[in-house]
Amino acid sequence: MAEANSIPDNGAAGQGGAAFSAPPGGHVVSLRHISKRFSNGTLALQDMSLDIGKGDFISLLGPSGCGKSTALRIIAGLGDTTEGQVHWPDGKPERGDIGFVFQEPTLMPWANVFENVWLPRRLDGASKSTVRDEVSEALEMVGLGGFAAAYPRELSGGMKMRVSIARALVTKPKILLMDEPFAALDEITRFKLNDDLLHLWEAHHWTVVFVTHSVFESVYLSNRIVVMAARPGRVAQQLSNDAPHPRGDGFRTSEDYAHLCRNASDALHAAMDEHTTRAEVTA
Amino acid sequence: MNVSPTDPAGGTGPKPAEAVSSGSSKAGNMTSALEETVVKSGPDLRAAAERRDRLLRIILPVVILTSAILGWEALVRIQEIPHYILPAPSLIMETLVKDWAVLSTSLITTLQITFAALAVAVAGGVGLAVLFTQSKWVEISFFPFAVILQVTPIIAIAPLILIYVDSIPVALLICAWIVAFFPILSNTTLGLNSADHNLRNLFQLYGASRWQTLWHLQLPAAMPYFLGGLKIAGGLALIGAIVAEFAAGSAGRGAGLAYRILESGYRLNIPRMFAALLLISVTGILIFLTFSLLSHLMLRKWHESAIKREN
Repeated sequence: MAEANSIPDNGAAGQGGAAFSAPPGGHVVSLRHISKRFSNGTLALQDMSLDIGKGDFISLLGPSGCGKSTALRIIAGLGDTTEGQVHWPDGKPERGDIGFVFQEPTLMPWANVFENVWLPRRLDGASKSTVRDEVSEALEMVGLGGFAAAYPRELSGGMKMRVSIARALVTKPKILLMDEPFAALDEITRFKLNDDLLHLWEAHHWTVVFVTHSVFESVYLSNRIVVMAARPGRVAQQLSNDAPHPRGDGFRTSEDYAHLCRNASDALHAAMDEHTTRAEVTA
Repeated sequence: MNVSPTDPAGGTGPKPAEAVSSGSSKAGNMTSALEETVVKSGPDLRAAAERRDRLLRIILPVVILTSAILGWEALVRIQEIPHYILPAPSLIMETLVKDWAVLSTSLITTLQITFAALAVAVAGGVGLAVLFTQSKWVEISFFPFAVILQVTPIIAIAPLILIYVDSIPVALLICAWIVAFFPILSNTTLGLNSADHNLRNLFQLYGASRWQTLWHLQLPAAMPYFLGGLKIAGGLALIGAIVAEFAAGSAGRGAGLAYRILESGYRLNIPRMFAALLLISVTGILIFLTFSLLSHLMLRKWHESAIKREN
């Protein structure tokens, strides 16, 4: 994450699109035959295996109840597995190695933007003066340079989400986990945030796992789509998305995009149909 | 990722001007001339109405209260009611000034007990609440005691406490504390447990210690609840102190306002009784206003309860 110092914009992201298509080898984390049963007996995840490579942008796509959020929380260490294990080839993640963005902005309302973004570093014992640059860098990255002193209630939904992303980025995490971060936003804001996130990824090549129930979002953003099915939650199909970067409005209206969306949509429907037929058999 | 200060999401609340013009254009779809006047005079009219509203809010209660006092004064004078039955407001004020030496010493005594009890209630209530949230077993074990103390009327326990505790000020303090501490304990416990669960997860993700979670997450989240409890407890501490003084009925230099009321009753000095009563009421009101202001000042930057919204 050495290049994190540069402030990305559309122009910078436009250089050398080919470099983005093939992420360097090596896995950040691997899920091996993960199962998760909740105490009420629900099988939230069944035998899920997934390798997450360095620089991957992976979407977990599926209907609600397919265990995609559960999988994300297990990677984050916020939930334990009933069976299977989460393997970190470079050793267990340390404080700040994982960035997490929730569906809600999840900001502390009593703290201003600066203090909210400072939080992960503060919990690590970093004082305000030492993090000043890191925090403003993270805020610049999400386009909120001038908002350090604002309180969350003064911001719009999209801006709150940007603060939340800046907070996840401030520790320079090895993996960024996003749990339907833009699902609650209006479409215009969602498109803008998708574009901005994509440009950031194109510039920094982070490893991202992005949970969504939107086919369009998953195709637009990721280079791999993991389609999941519900009851029990499991991986139904994996699709790779080799569409070149940088992607932009041109990609959104291209035939390639439409084609990929159709594929992902078909995979999603196949996964859901499979579930219905199963339910019929058991009934 | 360049964003202008006004995010496309917008939604930082409609600007007053927009709200006004859109409202009036909806109303005036008839003639353009009419519409123009509506648009022009709309904001002025509204501002005027708001000013009137604000003034009435102050004037109305003052006028009603003043006329009630004047009516009382007139009733006493016209009916020639003797002052040992119902003293006129003017006589009560006169007594307040004349007996200020005695009454002010008593007021200070009562205030000392009230605020000492409140301080101990805050320390004990918050301390116990923090302990409760650290371990559910502590909560399960000790919460019944708190409830028992709360539901038993203080007037019924006061005589016992006065028997067991030698020092009367300490006994009074204990009584006032028992009444004041429960709202702080229960509100703060609720507040500490109300921290957003996603924020808790976030703290867990970043390996926050218990102490860090308490300090950076739970205590700030509990602040509105605690301040609500404090507002209630302030008034209750005063009530507890007065009730305990009644039960103690102790004379001497350290006698509080309640004792002055008892004493005046025995001596049929009704004007002084009213004067002491007035002091107690004013003290209660001031305590409430002080804590309301404190609460507003501490929460105005972020909490829904302290934020003015325009619709």
